[in-house]
Amino acid sequence: MAKPKLAVWKFSSCDGCQLSLLDCEDELLDIAGQIDIAHFLEATSEIKNGPYDISLVEGSITTPHDVERIRKVRENSKVLITIGACATAGGIQSLRNFADVKEFTNIVYAHPEYISTLEKSDAIADHVKVDFELRGCPVSKHQLLELITATLAGRKPYVPNASQCMECKRAGTVCVMVAKGTPCLGPVTQAGCGNLCPSHGRGCYGCFGPKENPNPPALSAHLSELGMASREVRDFYRSFNAGAPEFAKESTSHE
Amino acid sequence: MPASTGSSFILDDPAPLVEALLADGWRVIGPKLGDGAIVYDEIESASDMPRGLTDEQEGGRYRLREGDPNRWFDYVVGPQSWKKYLFPARQKLWSAEKGDNGFAIEPHEDDFPKTALFGARACEIAAIEVQDRVFDNGDFTDSGYKRRREATLIVAVQCARSAATCFCASMNTGPSADSGFDIALTELDDGGFFVECGSDRGAAILDRIGPAEAGTAELEAANAVTLKAAGMQTRSMPDNIPALLRENLDHPRWAEVAERCLSCANCTMACPTCFCSDVEDVNDLSGDHAERWRVWDSCFTLDFSYIHGGSVRRSTLSRYRQWMTHKLSSWHDQFDTSGCVGCGRCIAWCPVGIDITEEAAAFAAEPLAQEG
Repeated sequence: MAKPKLAVWKFSSCDGCQLSLLDCEDELLDIAGQIDIAHFLEATSEIKNGPYDISLVEGSITTPHDVERIRKVRENSKVLITIGACATAGGIQSLRNFADVKEFTNIVYAHPEYISTLEKSDAIADHVKVDFELRGCPVSKHQLLELITATLAGRKPYVPNASQCMECKRAGTVCVMVAKGTPCLGPVTQAGCGNLCPSHGRGCYGCFGPKENPNPPALSAHLSELGMASREVRDFYRSFNAGAPEFAKESTSHE
Repeated sequence: MPASTGSSFILDDPAPLVEALLADGWRVIGPKLGDGAIVYDEIESASDMPRGLTDEQEGGRYRLREGDPNRWFDYVVGPQSWKKYLFPARQKLWSAEKGDNGFAIEPHEDDFPKTALFGARACEIAAIEVQDRVFDNGDFTDSGYKRRREATLIVAVQCARSAATCFCASMNTGPSADSGFDIALTELDDGGFFVECGSDRGAAILDRIGPAEAGTAELEAANAVTLKAAGMQTRSMPDNIPALLRENLDHPRWAEVAERCLSCANCTMACPTCFCSDVEDVNDLSGDHAERWRVWDSCFTLDFSYIHGGSVRRSTLSRYRQWMTHKLSSWHDQFDTSGCVGCGRCIAWCPVGIDITEEAAAFAAEPLAQEG
């Protein structure tokens, strides 16, 4: 049986999630043994034509050209998986969604007329059907491997969509918000990072986006009690997953 | 005089007891200063314990404070419970290797040396006994749990104070443990410890030390300590809570608490009796090696109630109601005991300070009218 063909695509992004794949150093040869890496410009200039069995898509949709290109990727892919906060929620560049992008281009570029860009930075799923979204800024290497392994085995990947708090508690990490009053997005954020910030005494920054059924208004009320100004609460939700609907709605309510 | 169950002694401090346990080959787990809270971890001497610290607890708030430097146990329960040892957050259950005749399954048992839980409070012993009914109840036995439990010795500390979140007195689980320990210590007001022997294993440890016998005066002093701790409790659970919840499943209060609840699962993770788990099946890239892991799960997640076609409890209301009614009401039907021991962890470690006693009081204050 021929090895499944894998393609990795980049849209508006920093390449960090693709690097997470290259970062799978010990497992990379095993991956290469199981799958045919047919299109992965970050790793090799050799390009094989589609169709592809699995496409991993990094980055958000920010230009009219992106809109066309993602449709072609979708047409050429049996399974399309988005990786990272840009692809799943629009990324940090979705901060433009809360402002006037024309104003930005006028300020930043000497010739803004050359800039062809959309009003908003969109998640891939806003444009084409996505089979699985892997969250994170960047994605977790562990979850990426689990996703590839599960996809090859034809099973559902074990990627829970519950809160970051569960990861903290299972690891025995003392809650930074309860024990120190440190603002933390953990209770509204999906687990997966490996408990990175709270285990180093920092509140969660929400890199993995909203958990299922989140309740940001209830958390925001508590953040205010901890002393955060409304503007700070707004900005807290406006980082890598600013464009995720639940975070965007909450930040906007603190305008 | 050799120690025996029911005999009592006095000790100046807990150090000889820790030394005796270590000398007898026990791994000793006790309270330690963690990152801003008292956690449970391996100790190598009594000086590893956070002497002189005390805690302040409220809904969604926990702070350590400097207390009387001479006092050993003036803090109460922290974010962790002993279940992290008896029912670990992540356990490998088995692994499987693909061979010529399909998969060969290899059961997995973690190494669990004989372990002394040093400083277990009355509510925590009650919680362990609740989990005993879950994992080793005659109808069903979790062999790993049973093995760990049998290798466990308990040194109780009777509480000399209560936090504002404590309500064990109303659950009849504390602040003093009558049984369930091998040795129990009560730190007396004027220094020194009243030591109770609760089992033959406890007696064997105490005989290594040969402490002086306690008299009536020490016994009375010890009783006064825990009586004072009980008197400090401001929160309580209504006696009729099992029926009250059963009869108020459609009460508007559920929607109100769901507005505040984050469905983050902290309460269930911190709870010393919550026992739910998920299984995580993983395989390697080749597909030749597979493993099954058991991890703590919570009734507050969407996946928890997933059955073919979707999740049963999609709303926060339905999840909070499931947790509270199970914990305080249907647990009685299932295990013949309450699932709550009044430790107050779910109150303190709820990020937004939802208070189970306040919710219970709300149902008690305005119950729905019963038909007929």
